[in-house]
Formats: sequence, structure tokens, C-alpha cells
Amino acid sequence: MAEIADSDIEGQGPLPPWHMGEVSFGPDRPLSLDSGGLLAPFTIAYNTYGTLDARRRNAVLICHALSGDQHVANRHPLTGRPGWWELMVGPGKPIDTERFFVICANVIGGCLGSTGPKEENPATGRPYGLDFPLITIRDMVRAQAMLLDHLGIEELMCVAGGSMGGMQVLQWAASYPARVYAALPIATAAKHSAQNIAFHEVGRQAIMADPDWRGGAYLLENTRPRKGLAVARMAAHITYLSEAALQRKFGRNLQNRAAFSFEFKPDFQVESYLHHQGQTFVERFDANSYLYITRAMDYFDLAADYDGLLANAFKGSRTRFCVVSFTSDWLFPTTESKRIVHALNATGANVSFVEFDSDKGHDAFLLHEPEMFETLRGFMNRIASERGVRESAR
Amino acid sequence: MNAPTPALPDLRPDLARIAVMVAPGTRVLDVGCGDGALLAFLKATKDVDARGLELSQEGVNACVSRGLSVIQGDADSDLADYPSGIFDYVILSQTIQATRKPSRVLKEILRIGRRAIVSFPNFGFWKVRLQLLLSGRMPVTGQLTQSWHETNNIHLCTLADFVDLALSLELKIEEAVAIHDSGRMHGFKAPDALENLFATNAILLLSR
Repeated sequence: MAEIADSDIEGQGPLPPWHMGEVSFGPDRPLSLDSGGLLAPFTIAYNTYGTLDARRRNAVLICHALSGDQHVANRHPLTGRPGWWELMVGPGKPIDTERFFVICANVIGGCLGSTGPKEENPATGRPYGLDFPLITIRDMVRAQAMLLDHLGIEELMCVAGGSMGGMQVLQWAASYPARVYAALPIATAAKHSAQNIAFHEVGRQAIMADPDWRGGAYLLENTRPRKGLAVARMAAHITYLSEAALQRKFGRNLQNRAAFSFEFKPDFQVESYLHHQGQTFVERFDANSYLYITRAMDYFDLAADYDGLLANAFKGSRTRFCVVSFTSDWLFPTTESKRIVHALNATGANVSFVEFDSDKGHDAFLLHEPEMFETLRGFMNRIASERGVRESAR
Repeated sequence: MNAPTPALPDLRPDLARIAVMVAPGTRVLDVGCGDGALLAFLKATKDVDARGLELSQEGVNACVSRGLSVIQGDADSDLADYPSGIFDYVILSQTIQATRKPSRVLKEILRIGRRAIVSFPNFGFWKVRLQLLLSGRMPVTGQLTQSWHETNNIHLCTLADFVDLALSLELKIEEAVAIHDSGRMHGFKAPDALENLFATNAILLLSR
């Protein structure tokens, strides 16, 4: 979800062989949307890592978070930074690209190749802007299912993701139980809480209050709501960290100065850090995409589609679930994960639940958490051996 | 290619005796399942639908790597999340004496399971009684290895105490097994004052 200041994310062995793909669905194969409309034509941009085995039993789908993308385990083409989950995905990593075929697609509504508000509206020949239809987590998952049909993958060995990625994992398990052998929802919830919606609304209002947003038509007028999007990102970034992590990293330390400036320039390191987060984000993310994707998360309430009873979403499921949370995550706290576990228990589903002790907040799932790697390595190896996936050559 | 069958290590004798009490093809929750040795055994030999609840990270990791479904949590707070009557057996092995509210835990496991199998160290064992009598200090034995201020065993009881609690909760004792110092095990009809003196450990199969 966030770029990470920790430097230990860099350089962990050679990158796996990977492939950038793109599939376009024509007007004859529209994406039907929860809002009632159809999206056609549309494109999904995706990356794959590793090799699909002959029996197609080793496919792992990774679902990215709000500000993530398909560049899970390769150098990012825009930023030059490592992939966002290289600690988890790669050769010899818990999600081992020498053993598994890993797929990650940019979500519908995104801004890195999949159809979203910055792409051209075929009806007008101009960027969609606010003419792009509202999308939901279920729409994202429906589009991913069409991608998998295109790739000829009937069943996924595992669907994994954190935060909004975890919402997609839950939606996958509910919508396509027969296609999901194992599900790994991390630091997530079956519905977006009032507090989370509130934070998102702050971000959206910051974008829309920027005069350069131009009612969403900034691309036509050749401007960008850079300040608004940066503020949205700054506010959101605070929610991804814990108080302890901020204190440890920055405390009240001053940035390149010995005393207060008695001005409103960034005196404190934490201010400077947030400014940096905002600035780098606007280089790679589209403001309207941010509006659409945060909305999709706000609308997510899996139980609502099942008579208000979350357990009904997983009735009869044979999927093996491993639900993961972190002690210091206050954005998607352990209580939310336990609600999921409770519902799965009520249906008699196969569920494991692990809460990792970490003071790094919500972003812990992206960071160096050895206990998490150990547990998830065990989980992945186990389901792979149940499915007869060959061992890695190394 | 089938999944390789993991080799089963020798099960601790008290766990092996608990396994004997479990009917094949049933649904089992092991509360405080540790590394999942008993659950893995039951799954492999009795085709049991095996679930675990475990507090320690090492235990949870070991269970997940074995392909067991395990919830990280503790007996005192997390049993409430399970629906009623979903298990045929709930196993509480060497755990009840470490819970904060043994009576509530006992009620909970017999709410979510039709039967419960509970094993615990017997504080009425004669060596324990003798140590306390002669030294005037809290006993430290082969079963109770830690001093009073280090031990997790905050609610130790005698076999007779436990039987009293079970009966006061109107539970039926379907089977009782005493484990002696020699390792010998044999069934008895609880309550039994002699077993309360000679058993180092007891295993009771309870039902509502």
C-alpha cells in the first residue's frame, strides 16, 4: 500500500523471470458492473512470474492494495523502485516463483494499464474522468476471473493479498469457491468501517478541493491536482503506520536544523517524510483512480450480499483459509480478522488464523516480518504438496 | 501424484490414550493443541476433521506447516467465538489448570462440543501431598516442574476436586483413566479416593 522508508526492502537475490501482459476484451465481452452498467471495451494489464505447470495446479493470484499495482516482484517501470512485495514473492520466497506461477493484475479503475478513469472513453474519444462508472471490489474480482479464463486457469492454488487485496481475496472465495483452493487474506476486513470511510472521505475531499482537479477533467485541461492528491496520500499514510513506528522512526526530531524555524516550513522529520510520501505518490498515481478505488473499498461489505450474514458468504466452502492480522494495525485491526474467522468457523470451513506481534501498523504486511514469512511459507508449501506441485529446483 | 504422507512421530502416551477415546470420522477441536501432534495423529489415523486453538506462535506455525487448521487464540477468551454443538469432541489436554476461569472454560467446551476430553495433573497425588506436608513448600515434581512464581498452572486441582466441578456442572463422566507414576494407565470409575492418591495425571471423557 505504501512505499516504505525501511531500506531493508532492497536487494534480496535475483529477480524472477517475469512477463508483462495485457488483455483487451471487446464490446462482445463486457464487464458487468454492480452499479448496473457494462464496461466495454476494457483492458487488464497484468504481470506473471514463474511458469504454469502442465496440469495448471500451481497458479497463485496476488491482489494488490489501494495504491499498489501489478509490479509485485519486479523493478517498477515508473519509479525504478523494487516490487511492492518482493519480500514475500520471488525465487525462494514464501510465495516461491520458482515453484508457483504468480499472477497480479492492475485492478479495474486503476491507472497502470487496466481500464480506469484516465483511459480513453470510446464514446467520446477523451479520457473518461468522472464519466467512468463507479466500481466495486466485486467488479475488480469479476474482471480478474475473466483474465484467468483468458489465461486458461480454471482453479487457483491460492489467492493472496493484504488490505484492499485481502478484500478481493474474500470476494474471490465467496464468488468463486470452486476456483479457490486456498485463500490468504491479510490485514483486511469483510467490510470497510465507518472510521476507514471517514479517512477516505478526507482524501477525496482534498483532491476535489484542489482547483487543478477541474471537476475531474484535469487531463483535458492539462493540469494535475498534485497538491490535493499529495494531501490525500499524506493523510492515508498516517493510517498505515502505528504511533510506535512513527515515534521510533522520527520522534520529535527536526529536519536538517538545530532549532525551530518559527515558520510553516517542515521543521520536523515526520513532516518532511509525509511530504516525500505525498510527492512520490503523485508521480505515479492518477487522482481520479484514487477517488474510484477508495470508493470501491468504502462500498465493500461482503455480508450485505448474503442477507447480512457473513457466514453465508462461505457456506459449503472447501477453500483452505489462512487469515492474518497484526497487533498494531489499527486500520484493519485484529477484531476485523476475527469476524472473518468467526464466520468461517460457523460454516465449518477450514480456517487458520494468525495474529503477528508487530509495532509497524497496517503496513507490517509489506515489511520484514520473519514470523509471518515463516508461517506463510509453511502454509504455501503445505497446500502445494497437497496439490502435488513439484518442489522448487533449488 | 498424491500428497506425501507425513511420518507420524511417536505420540506422547497420554495423548495416545486420548486418541483412543475419539471415534473415527468425527469433528475434533484441540484447545491448546501445541505443535498439533495429537491432531495430526487423529487426522491421519482416524480420518478426523481436526481443528486447533493455540496461543504460541511456534505452535501455530508448526500446525499450519502440517496442514492443520489452527486459530491463534486462548481458551479463556476465544472459545466464545465458536458456535454451539459444532464439534463431536473438544480436547483440553494439560491446559485447564493454566486457564483463568476453569469452570467457564469447561462449560464452554461442552457448549461447542457434544463431548469433552480433559486431562490434567492430579494435585492429590501422594508425592505432592507428602512434599507439601514435609517441606511446607509448594511441590515441584516431574509433573509440576516449575516453582510457584514461574508456573503457568494457576488453578491446580486434585482429581477429586475436578470430579466435584464436573458433577456440579451436571456433566456425565463417561470414561476415566488414571496415569500412574510408572506410566501405567487404567480405567476407573470416578470418583475414586485411591486414584486421587495414586494418579499423577487423569484423563476424563465428559458429556453433557
